[in-house]
Amino acid sequence: MAVRRLAPEAVQPKEFSFTPETEAWTKQLVAKYPQGRQASAVIPLLWRVQTDCGGWLPQKAIEAVSERLEMPYIRVYEVATFYTMFNLEPVGKFYVQMCGTTPCMLRGSNEIRKVLEERIGAQQTVSDDGLFSWLEVECLGACCNAPMVQINDDYYEDLTPENFNKLLDDLAAGKKVNVGSQTGRKSSEPQDDVKTLTDPALYDGSLVGAWRKRFEEEAAQRPAEGKDKAEKEKTGKESLEKEAKKAEKEAAVAPKKGHPDAGRATERPVADAPAQQKAAGEEAVDLEAEDKDIAEKLAALSKDASPEEKADAVGSRPKALKKPRKDKPDDLKKISGIGPANEEKLHNLGIYHYDQIAQWGRPEIRWVGQFLSFAGRIDREDWVAQAKALAAGDTES
Amino acid sequence: MTKLIVDGKEIDVPAEYTLLQACEEAGAEIPRFCFHERLSVAGNCRMCLVEIKGAPKPIASCAWGVRDCRPGPNGEPPEISTRSPTVKKAREGVMEFLLINHPLDCPICDQGGECDLQDQAMAYGVDSSRFHENKRAVEDKYIGPLVKTWMNRCIHCTRCVRFATEVAGVPDLGAIGRGEDMEITTYLEKAMGSELQSCVADLCPVGALTSKPYAYTARPWEMTKTESVDVMDAVGSAIRVDSRGREVMRILPRVNEAINEEWITDKTRHIIDGLRRQRLDRPYVRENGKLRPASWQEAFGAIAKAVGAASPECIGAIVGDLPAVEEIYALKELMTSLGVANLDARQDGAALDPALGRGSYVFNSTIEGIEEADAILIVGSNPRIEASLVNVRIRKRFRMGPPPIGVIGEKADLTYDYDYLGAGPDTLADIASGKHPFAKVLSEAERPLIILGQGALMREDGAAIMALAAKAAETVGAVTDDWNGFNVLHTAAARVGALDLGFVPGEGGLDAQAMAGEGALDVLFLLGADEIAIPPGAFVIYQGTHGDRGAHRADVILPGATYTEKSGTFVNTEGRVQIANRAAFPPGDAREDWAILRALSDQLGHKLPFDNLAQLREKLYAAYPHMASVDAIAQSDVAAAVKAAAGLKGKPGDAPFASPVKDFYLTNPIARASAIMAECSALAAGESREAAE
Repeated sequence: MAVRRLAPEAVQPKEFSFTPETEAWTKQLVAKYPQGRQASAVIPLLWRVQTDCGGWLPQKAIEAVSERLEMPYIRVYEVATFYTMFNLEPVGKFYVQMCGTTPCMLRGSNEIRKVLEERIGAQQTVSDDGLFSWLEVECLGACCNAPMVQINDDYYEDLTPENFNKLLDDLAAGKKVNVGSQTGRKSSEPQDDVKTLTDPALYDGSLVGAWRKRFEEEAAQRPAEGKDKAEKEKTGKESLEKEAKKAEKEAAVAPKKGHPDAGRATERPVADAPAQQKAAGEEAVDLEAEDKDIAEKLAALSKDASPEEKADAVGSRPKALKKPRKDKPDDLKKISGIGPANEEKLHNLGIYHYDQIAQWGRPEIRWVGQFLSFAGRIDREDWVAQAKALAAGDTES
Repeated sequence: MTKLIVDGKEIDVPAEYTLLQACEEAGAEIPRFCFHERLSVAGNCRMCLVEIKGAPKPIASCAWGVRDCRPGPNGEPPEISTRSPTVKKAREGVMEFLLINHPLDCPICDQGGECDLQDQAMAYGVDSSRFHENKRAVEDKYIGPLVKTWMNRCIHCTRCVRFATEVAGVPDLGAIGRGEDMEITTYLEKAMGSELQSCVADLCPVGALTSKPYAYTARPWEMTKTESVDVMDAVGSAIRVDSRGREVMRILPRVNEAINEEWITDKTRHIIDGLRRQRLDRPYVRENGKLRPASWQEAFGAIAKAVGAASPECIGAIVGDLPAVEEIYALKELMTSLGVANLDARQDGAALDPALGRGSYVFNSTIEGIEEADAILIVGSNPRIEASLVNVRIRKRFRMGPPPIGVIGEKADLTYDYDYLGAGPDTLADIASGKHPFAKVLSEAERPLIILGQGALMREDGAAIMALAAKAAETVGAVTDDWNGFNVLHTAAARVGALDLGFVPGEGGLDAQAMAGEGALDVLFLLGADEIAIPPGAFVIYQGTHGDRGAHRADVILPGATYTEKSGTFVNTEGRVQIANRAAFPPGDAREDWAILRALSDQLGHKLPFDNLAQLREKLYAAYPHMASVDAIAQSDVAAAVKAAAGLKGKPGDAPFASPVKDFYLTNPIARASAIMAECSALAAGESREAAE
């Protein structure tokens, strides 16, 4: 593609005005856009005007469009030079855009070019009779029917010098021509005989569900195979199982070991149902029953009971340290759900380390939950498991 | 406010900031070509890439909002690095692409030494090219007499296109073609039609658009840079005068948010050849009807003879549009000591009277205040040519969300939409009485702004128009405790300073029009007054810089200094006191104007009581304390001034208002001496003729 400029003055028409039809059409077009946004109509209007002007945009037409849409000339000029679908120089009645990109070139577009050069001349010149002009363009997206050209609005495919010459003759003579493949091919079907999907069984319904049957048959054959192989498989299977078990165990205490530097608590399924907890070997907790129990106990207390009294009523106070071990508390904020405020509260309770939290049982969880007055959240966010993971990570490092 | 971590430093910035602004806030320097604070964001140069933690690719920081940054998984503030290896590599990649088609012609490029691309290539460029194809070649375009193009150098940042469209409001520039074939041009290579067009050369980060008159004349590092103010109009734009030896080589804008932001007009920038041409470089005395060069002593002797023979009632003095406050003060002191009451600084006869109060003749809202106005009425003015940078502010306000803008006077293209209300005093009278529908619009506005131009005041019925405008301001409530919406827009740089000094007719004194009457005076002193015709008869002393109208009529010529050749105080249309500094020396025998008047006073036997500029300023500041507060606007009682102005008597005529500026490029003697301004003027005239056909 080269620099695109307006056509030389010699070929520019002196005047341009919208045809009444175009004017009416423009009115409808502009009405589609909100007030003050009529510039949105510039591309369709230029396209329409190009059609009216015989396939190209003279300077006066560009200016007329600018005035109609109240745009500066340069803005419309920018659009007209940007899009290659707008021709800035005159074109023939039949404007041939020949695809010269690789697939078409491999299938013989050079022959087609020769035809064009012989019949019409150099690119972007209109033939003497004013009927033809041509331009080599990049891929038009019909590679399966290469080589091909676009003439005005239609594609003509499967070209050979012979049928292309005939096509141009017919166009010049004003005869009716077939759009699409020039060899009679239907859209992009295989050119001669069909080589794939030929099995009639494909079309009689007998193959419905066939794949499942095949897998079942294969599975049934397996035990019949050699004994050695089976044994080998068995040991393999065992070692696999072993590995899986080990991984599972590790995952419970140190999840996502692969990213030790992530430094943030990892996500894990929370609020397991009792059944899930049981399956995972944890002590199943019926949270609903527990909530009910807590509510009853609290109701028995006087209304002005301190948080501590309330907490004592529902659980037991976790074991406290007087000060952090080695005077170095763990960063409890790493546990999702503990922010700076809660961390301080926990410190006040004498809780400084992950392993302290990791050791909490139900009574402690209930006590802390009540004390910090967000009952249930410790379970929901599973502080205990998070703390276990962090504690494990700690000892490792 | 949003928290961000930039290069490990935590900062708090407003959410509407872009990342680039936030990084600058944190002290990180971000290279850029297309981004400009005062233009819309294009995001097409990709030089400002930064890395955001979590984003898969580097991000163009100019086009990425702070509010678009996602926090970390636990709500940590977003982390941005501007110095990481990824960022450096990305920017080096961008730079390599930019340099693919950029010619290696720095040694002959006018941008050399002040080129963004050159500077940034030092930081991010590689020493050799991996590109072995031919470089792109682009035809140079004609886009006007002021901007030279060298389009091979263009890196397609589109700053110029955005400036022309957004700030100047004259969408002449555009980018045609696409991809590698994209080219910056005007439609069919016509000249740009903006009076701010040379600002695109400042904006251009490379040497594609440079100043045409300045081409190949100097290098930035060999010039002395002097900060000063402009006197081409009454706006008082901040400028930097670059001089080499005795010669002013170019004028560039300085940033002053309160006045010109960072733009200046073409006239401000390109009159420099006018500073050299047609200069008065020695005194002249008229003998037998012809001017002949003379010595200072001869000139002073001739003046002393003429003044000695005349009675004080028959002596007069008129101050022109360009003198600084210092010489106006010196002239006033001299004339007062001679007992002369015929003083005037209003050569155009504008009905401005300092007796009404300062609020009646300055731009009370301030130029920056225009951005706060929510309804604007322009009376008898075409701000685009009278004070282009005031017009730029109005356009800036318009682009924020159009307020109602009404115009009474000439129907001109002001670069924004307005309601045309009428041509003359009748419409203004309708608004003053509240009959006009636009009066209701102004009344409903919280901060209505009325701009009264010189076109409405420099008429026979100027006082009556002033009264009408003041009444209108009162009717619509334009002057309240916290808003001063009554504004007079001046066109002459010296005018407000002269009015501040009270350089108007004393008791029984004649005004400028009367002084210019046939046989009114025996001796007339013109201090740079070129816009007034003096009939034969009087003995005319002209003190000024250029051989213009005043010098042609003069009997004695005293050569003075232009604004780049002296230190002088100027008061702009807002009433803001500013000081212009000396960048060069006056040519030949020409002297600083106050010194000439001081020497003359000695000859006339009324020696002025100061021997140097410092002493003069001491006296000036003692008499007019507000002149001492430079870069500030003295407070005044605007409400009282408007009330006094509304009480002026007179019957308004019917003639429509006309702008006093007929030709933007030729408004003063310096501009009239400039060949470049003449070329621009001819071009503009040709275009307006074309438009009229």
